[in-house]
Amino acid sequence: MASLHHSSAVKAAKVLMVGAGGIGCELLKTLALSGFQDIHIIDMDTIEVSNLNRQFLFRQSHVGQSKAMVARDAVLRFRPNISITPYHANVKDSDFNVEFFKQFNVVLNGLDNLEARRHVNRLCLAAEVPLVESGTTGFLGQVTVHAKGKTECYECQPKPAPKTYPVCTITSTPSKFVHCIVWAKDLLFAKLFGDKNQENDLNVRSSDASNSPENGEDVFERRDNENIEQYGRRIYDHVFGYNIEVALSNQETWKNRNRPKPIYSRDVLPGKLNHQNGNVDKSCATDDLSSVSTMASLGLKNPQDVWSLAENTRVFLESLKLFFASREKEIGNLSFDKDDQLAVEFVTAAANIRAASFGIPLHSLFEAKGIAGNIVHAVATTNAVVAGLIVIEAIKVLKKDIDNYRMTYCLEHPSKKMLLMPVEPFEPNKSCCVCSKSPLSLEINTHHSKLRDFVEKIVKAELGMNSPIIMHGVTLLYEVGDDLEEDMIANYTANLEKVLSELPSSVIGGTMLTVEDLQQELTCNIYIKHREEFDEEKEPDGMVLSGWTQAPLEKKDDNKKLVGNGGSTSTALPTEGQKEVELVEISEETEISGKKRKQPGISGDETNNHNEIQKLDVVDDGEDDLVILDQCDIDKKKKKRLQ
Amino acid sequence: MDGEELTEQETALYDRQIRVWGADAQRRLSKSHILVYGMKGTVAEFCKNIVLAGVGSLTLVDDRAVTEDALSSNFLIPPNENVYAGKTLAELCCNSLKEFNPMVRVSVEKGDLSRFGGDFFDKFDIVIVSCCTRMTKKLINEKCRKLSKRVAFYTVDCRDYCGEIFVDLQKYIYTKKKLDENNQPTTVECELQYPSFQESISVPWRKLPRRVSKLYFAMRVIESFEEAEGRNPGEISMEDLPAVLKLKKELCEAQSMNESHIPNALLERLVMGKREFPPVCAIIGGILGQEVIKAISGKGDPLQNFFFFDAMDGKGVIEDISPPNV
Repeated sequence: MASLHHSSAVKAAKVLMVGAGGIGCELLKTLALSGFQDIHIIDMDTIEVSNLNRQFLFRQSHVGQSKAMVARDAVLRFRPNISITPYHANVKDSDFNVEFFKQFNVVLNGLDNLEARRHVNRLCLAAEVPLVESGTTGFLGQVTVHAKGKTECYECQPKPAPKTYPVCTITSTPSKFVHCIVWAKDLLFAKLFGDKNQENDLNVRSSDASNSPENGEDVFERRDNENIEQYGRRIYDHVFGYNIEVALSNQETWKNRNRPKPIYSRDVLPGKLNHQNGNVDKSCATDDLSSVSTMASLGLKNPQDVWSLAENTRVFLESLKLFFASREKEIGNLSFDKDDQLAVEFVTAAANIRAASFGIPLHSLFEAKGIAGNIVHAVATTNAVVAGLIVIEAIKVLKKDIDNYRMTYCLEHPSKKMLLMPVEPFEPNKSCCVCSKSPLSLEINTHHSKLRDFVEKIVKAELGMNSPIIMHGVTLLYEVGDDLEEDMIANYTANLEKVLSELPSSVIGGTMLTVEDLQQELTCNIYIKHREEFDEEKEPDGMVLSGWTQAPLEKKDDNKKLVGNGGSTSTALPTEGQKEVELVEISEETEISGKKRKQPGISGDETNNHNEIQKLDVVDDGEDDLVILDQCDIDKKKKKRLQ
Repeated sequence: MDGEELTEQETALYDRQIRVWGADAQRRLSKSHILVYGMKGTVAEFCKNIVLAGVGSLTLVDDRAVTEDALSSNFLIPPNENVYAGKTLAELCCNSLKEFNPMVRVSVEKGDLSRFGGDFFDKFDIVIVSCCTRMTKKLINEKCRKLSKRVAFYTVDCRDYCGEIFVDLQKYIYTKKKLDENNQPTTVECELQYPSFQESISVPWRKLPRRVSKLYFAMRVIESFEEAEGRNPGEISMEDLPAVLKLKKELCEAQSMNESHIPNALLERLVMGKREFPPVCAIIGGILGQEVIKAISGKGDPLQNFFFFDAMDGKGVIEDISPPNV
């Protein structure tokens, strides 16, 4: 039996950690205690107060400093003789290229977003360095091992698309509080304080409002003769009163829905705004503008309290006022930030007023902040457990103990008596476009879709490329880089606005495009299929990428591949909805599920090669325990025998 | 639960975890008092977790001096003789833990834990002991059980790549989220009855289900050996292996259990690996932290009543080892 202990393999290893956050702090500590002596760590973030409940290497006095640097210093206090090299940088920087990755024996991820995870996966594949990937949410966690050609890569299973909502749900027919939050944050806040030139659907339903008194002027512009309170009340009445009236006039919409109630500020707050201790000059006196707060100004103390409609109205008007009084310079450039107290207050109030209008229960600022900021639930204990599991897998990788690699799930409720459930890693997915270089095909209207649409929706969003080059045969259609000639840049910019069929080298049905990312050393071939019509509801992008599908369940018996079963499903397209407003990014931690490999329609299908049972290392006397990944979702193939 | 609201400072610091267990649980945590004994790597991990979580107070007991062994997996002690000379393990850990969260009172109590009286334990909600003899475990468990209020008792030990947690919550009532017949979320009240450590380890082996973790039996063999020889926990080496294997044979015969149930290779690992393995400390310290948070907050199913982890197979398993009538 192989030993895991402080071996020469551990002492000699050079490891790269990506992320010095929740998992990262725990991981760096456990690596140092376990005898690792050469650790490199990349993190672009600085320390925030809300990190301190679990990122135990950091203190209040470190707020604002580099996580990677502070983590290094903290660990050297109890392990002074090891080498820790911090990089306060983005892992996607071009310095961290394949050559950089090649110097390491193993890469350990403690990341907080899908994009960076995909990027590191590609660099590890290109550099042929094994990757241990991890994620936690609340009490759930998982650790997986990825070694090129031996186990599946991080992207072998298409990742779930970020949660999105149909535009008309957000603009006209919200039914949940989250819809009101998206409206308040992505539409109203963006309209009032963000880039005025950005497309914005805030008034989408008032198109027949051309005879409205505001005709000819932008309702959201403050008029010259208007004081801040008048302006605030006018905005309030427009979005919560007038716009709702306009929406109500469309009888069709409300046939099977509860009719919303228009709300006007004079009905909620008849008098002038009354300040207890609210005093704009006083707020201005603070040197940190982001600490300007309506709650402080109005004497509201507990962020867990749910405010009344009147309180929300007061917060709405007051926070709008404070933005103009204290942060006027930023208006026009603001984007929502969950750590911006005033922005959170404004969004909470606006969402609540809208919720009141639509008969949706109101929420506290604390809850609203979590939804708006897409805040991940995080506790120290799960991160500590996951860090321990990562180090165990890292040591196996260093010892080349491939047969014993495991992916492990941390569960909240025991399954088969287990809270920590190890599962044998899966084999690479042969149709994975990342590790198997499998070609993709794209249905697209080549006469309507522009190269820009293709770059944004397919190359960047779906393929996750950073600095792509797009080629048709030997003709370069598009590229990104620092060292491009000016005429080339002009050329590419012009190409972006052209529809595919009118590009210098015409892209039509039957064309094979090559898309390449030099940093990731990833090349994808995409076969173009022209298609005239798309279903606006189901295919809002007007294009369907396919070929990158769930791994066929067969491991050995390849002649029964389930052609057509899921084979035409695009990887990241939402299955419902119209044009989508994006709310949620996958954040601090990964998808967690005991339900990996859900493949509808397959269990019980007799064409499958049932009961393929893999015997893992039988250590002691063989009283085998049958482990099934998920009871409700039994994949006959995935029954595994663990000793 | 009634009680003061969380302060602004608490809400900001505990934001991410309040989103996991709620403000109510956070308030209960901030009023809880925890005692730990045996400051090795696993307990250091646990203490870090529970201080970060924001308990009311944490009291450390361990009068031993620093040894190389104690340093090997404990990140709370700087390996600098100028710092640790003349100080006990508890004092050194206390100094580091205080920095993790200024809102938690961390302190040291000196003395022999097994001689402390009931009124001492009465000050705590949670008592955790590590690296102590079977005798001490039983004794402290009984003292906690005699108190009028419920004091939850845990033992935790790591050897080699293995870890064990024992839990005694006595009579424990908690609420659980469930879906009712209409698939609507609702809460139900659950009651669990835990046996004491003594009652639990007295359950005849042949009465236990066949699949019970081998680690359970192996740990009992080592414990019996150390008790019979009058050793301190961990005072064992490869030279003792023949005697340990002999004891295993006797115990299996006395319990009418097949000897193959306790693999010799496993016992060999436990005898040889007296140092803790830091990744296992992190895992066991994490699970224990989670369980203590559940017990204080009354939220979530607590484990009943043993937990085992072995890095060699990677499984973290719960075993219920209770007398049939409990």
